[in-house]
Amino acid sequence: MSNEVQYKVVVGLEIHVQLCTRSKMFCGCAVKFGQPPNSRVCPVCLGMPGVLPVMNKQAFEYAVLVALALNCEIADFTKWDRKSYYYPDLPKNYQISQYDLPLSTNGFIEIPLEQGRTKRVGIIRAHLEEDAGKNLHPAGNFSQVDLNRTGTPLLEIVTEPDMNSGAEVRALAVELQRMVRYLSVSEADMQKGQMRFEPNINLVITKDGAEYKTPIAEIKNLNSFRALERSIDYEIQRQLDEFLETGKTMDTAGKSTRGWDDDREATFLQREKEEAPDYRYFPEPDLVPVELTKEWLDDIRAHLCELPITKQMRYVNEYKLSDYDAGVLTAERSTAEFFEQAIDAGGEPKRVCNLLTQVGLKLANEKGCGLAELGLAPENVAELAKMIAVGQVSATAGNTIMQEMLKTGKSPQLMAEELDLVQKSDACELETIVDQVLTENTKAVDDVKSGGKKSKKALGFLLGQVMQKTKGRANPKVVSGILAKKLG
Amino acid sequence: MENLSAKELRDKIAAGRISSVEATEEIFKNIDERETAIGAYINTYRDRALEKAAEVDKRIAAGKPVGELAGVPVAIKDNMCTVFGPTTCASKILENFHAPYNATFVEKLLSADAVIVGKTNMDEFAMGSSTENSGLKQTVNPWDRSRVPGGSSGGSAAAVAGGLCFAALGSDTGGSIRQPASFCGVVGLKPTYGRVSRFGLVAYGSSLDQIGPITHTVADSALMMNVIAGHDPADSTSVDEVVAPVCDYLEKVDEPIDKLKIAIVPEFSAGADQQVQKALTDAVDIYRGLGAEVIEINMPHLDYAIAAYYVIATAEASSNLARYDGVHYGHRSENAADYIEVYSKSRAEAFGKEVKRRIMLGTYTLSSGYYDAYYLKALKVRNLIRGDFTNAFEKCEAILMPVSPTTAFKIGEKINDPLKMYLSDIYTIAANLAGVPGISIPCGFDENDLPIGLQILSPAFTEDKLLRIARMYEKENDWHTRKPTVTN
Ligand SMILES: [Zn+2]
Repeated sequence: MSNEVQYKVVVGLEIHVQLCTRSKMFCGCAVKFGQPPNSRVCPVCLGMPGVLPVMNKQAFEYAVLVALALNCEIADFTKWDRKSYYYPDLPKNYQISQYDLPLSTNGFIEIPLEQGRTKRVGIIRAHLEEDAGKNLHPAGNFSQVDLNRTGTPLLEIVTEPDMNSGAEVRALAVELQRMVRYLSVSEADMQKGQMRFEPNINLVITKDGAEYKTPIAEIKNLNSFRALERSIDYEIQRQLDEFLETGKTMDTAGKSTRGWDDDREATFLQREKEEAPDYRYFPEPDLVPVELTKEWLDDIRAHLCELPITKQMRYVNEYKLSDYDAGVLTAERSTAEFFEQAIDAGGEPKRVCNLLTQVGLKLANEKGCGLAELGLAPENVAELAKMIAVGQVSATAGNTIMQEMLKTGKSPQLMAEELDLVQKSDACELETIVDQVLTENTKAVDDVKSGGKKSKKALGFLLGQVMQKTKGRANPKVVSGILAKKLG
Repeated sequence: MENLSAKELRDKIAAGRISSVEATEEIFKNIDERETAIGAYINTYRDRALEKAAEVDKRIAAGKPVGELAGVPVAIKDNMCTVFGPTTCASKILENFHAPYNATFVEKLLSADAVIVGKTNMDEFAMGSSTENSGLKQTVNPWDRSRVPGGSSGGSAAAVAGGLCFAALGSDTGGSIRQPASFCGVVGLKPTYGRVSRFGLVAYGSSLDQIGPITHTVADSALMMNVIAGHDPADSTSVDEVVAPVCDYLEKVDEPIDKLKIAIVPEFSAGADQQVQKALTDAVDIYRGLGAEVIEINMPHLDYAIAAYYVIATAEASSNLARYDGVHYGHRSENAADYIEVYSKSRAEAFGKEVKRRIMLGTYTLSSGYYDAYYLKALKVRNLIRGDFTNAFEKCEAILMPVSPTTAFKIGEKINDPLKMYLSDIYTIAANLAGVPGISIPCGFDENDLPIGLQILSPAFTEDKLLRIARMYEKENDWHTRKPTVTN
């Protein structure tokens, strides 16, 4: 028997995604980030006496759309429940949420792993609820409450504990962000709290032939993908060390809640051995259940688009792009759409991809905007790709033209001419130049003809001479052909 | 003038025979003379009322259009939100609370040009059957000042009976309009759940609460319904008028129902006092005399109504009242050491005994491990009671029964025996559980010269018919014209 310790990491996620509807979940207040405290509130979201909630239909539709993208079963009858707990950022001291009849259950998400591999992670449920406000704790013997966020539509997604590493969790988070942005239902900015991840993590350890499960830790306040991944990596090591030191398992210790310290890059204990709180769920009497008809569901489904992971895989299979390039092009929906428009206009995928990734996206990043906002016409990119394909301009010249097009908005043809970058492919014209070069470089000609070591280098030299004479505009393929014929 | 009904007064004001200012001054003269004795109001608004009255008079004099209640002095219960004055719910916790908005039905009253005289006393948060649970003051029965006015809308009923307004609004969760109306010898209508918007009514039991009129006559109730009934987009539980259209309740109120078929529930009604039973029998005879067919039915589940009610209503109340925590508005304890104590001490200091009792009951029945045995079971009983009504209304158009097992009881008689107090709602609670409308009309006096009420129940959204059935009886009697004598 080996006394080597082996372990498997088990992580499940509870995810909250703020939906970018015009108004809040149950009132007419605008959903807006970064406003003066308590400026986006009304009697309803303040939980004043006598107020009643009215469901935001757009929020419900957004939630269903995400649930569809997560391959969930969509309930045709769903209801609202009150979840009771006292906290100053929750003015009613109950949250309107969904308990036993969530709007969707039982789905999955495909997440991209390295080298084009993907993994399927199960989704237990996705339901709608209202966000709470924020408690602020300035120095002094008091706290402040900002209720601007109160009542913002919040989609809660609970995954199966299917992830086995920090990298996988990060991949899911990035994929989910890409997905909800594709669906235009959330801005999903982690720093702004528009997307929040709470991993539940523990280890299954095999030691001396026996299996042990470490106590589950839930990690809170993670505000970047990096923090998410690092916190799990940290927690893996911490739980392993703790087990080896104390032998604590799930059966001997309860679930704990841990925070993440971004500066120290470590998790820290917040609450230990937490008893399951009694939220006293009961059906929300102020709202009527939602009955989702087939027609309504079809209307919502019509807003689905090809999901980023599907697109990415298709770019690899159909367009023969590298997984990396496909990932870059599908990172944002507008980039992918631009790329596809250029393909539709006749651009060769690989060449369009190069123009976009090597020039277009670089500039967009510098400017801090999207590719589509550069004022570039996809047709022009397609045209330029075609010019490169037929050898009218070189690939290098193509990049230069692309850059100039971005500045001037002119067509690639015009740009190529203005910049004098059109390749000389006319065999007759080039033959004259080749003859001239051969006459001027008899030594090199001899070297080529002699074969052997020097031959290849001499041929390169002659080609270079031709390119020099044509200021780089000679089509190297055509020149090579002529040289081969003349020296063959 | 005091002997005029609201409708008669309205007609006279509209015809220019009485001014609204005169009528309003008359009401305030009565208030000056009698309010110290009766204690119907928590706050009155003399200047505001007279200003509105003068404005209505001016418009009438100028021949401009006015609303359906033009110039009529009315009262509303103090659990109805208004931008003027506090909205206290007769609770110390909201003693100084000023709502930032008007309830939908308050807006409707105002646009119907009603003159709001004041806001009436009630059991704290509408929890009670005698108005003795008011945290702010005591209201007495205008017919006998040693007796309770009933509750929870005791202030509204006493104000109408005592000539302190021409009509009032109450709210009815388990009989809180009908029972005080019967104790005070006036008409009280609880409409179908969903007929009148609850937006702006401070919630007690959200699935049971309904607003309705307390008036001198059946026609006055019809008039008030014309103003307050209808769908409200701010209340998701208010019923779509396509599903259940509202009508002019006043138009046909004098038309008797041909071949009326009414039912009595002898076994159930047998629990009432002899004199109450006698009044019911006499009333049934009057209907017989008017050509109605009377059948006897059995409603086997009504015996469980009180038990189911006190589980459902308190569960909802425990959640509805969670928001009164001293954090955002209302009473805040000055002795709190931390935020948990802000909650516990503010609530302990400001809620009355009965409110605390019901919050604890409701919290208990919603707790995990008890939910199924109490809350879920109560919902099942509620469905059975609904079924009893459905079955009954297949055989008849209306059900007659007592409003309360007794006439107005003595102040202090039941206040220390909650179970006995709860039993006084035995005949009214079922209508709230089933959501059907019910009316209480004066049908005689007992040996102590205390009014007795007759309750008539009809199918959901048949208030028009219910009012006509009640009017058939009213025409045959003068009970409703009798007035108590009160002086300070
Ligand atoms: Zn709001």
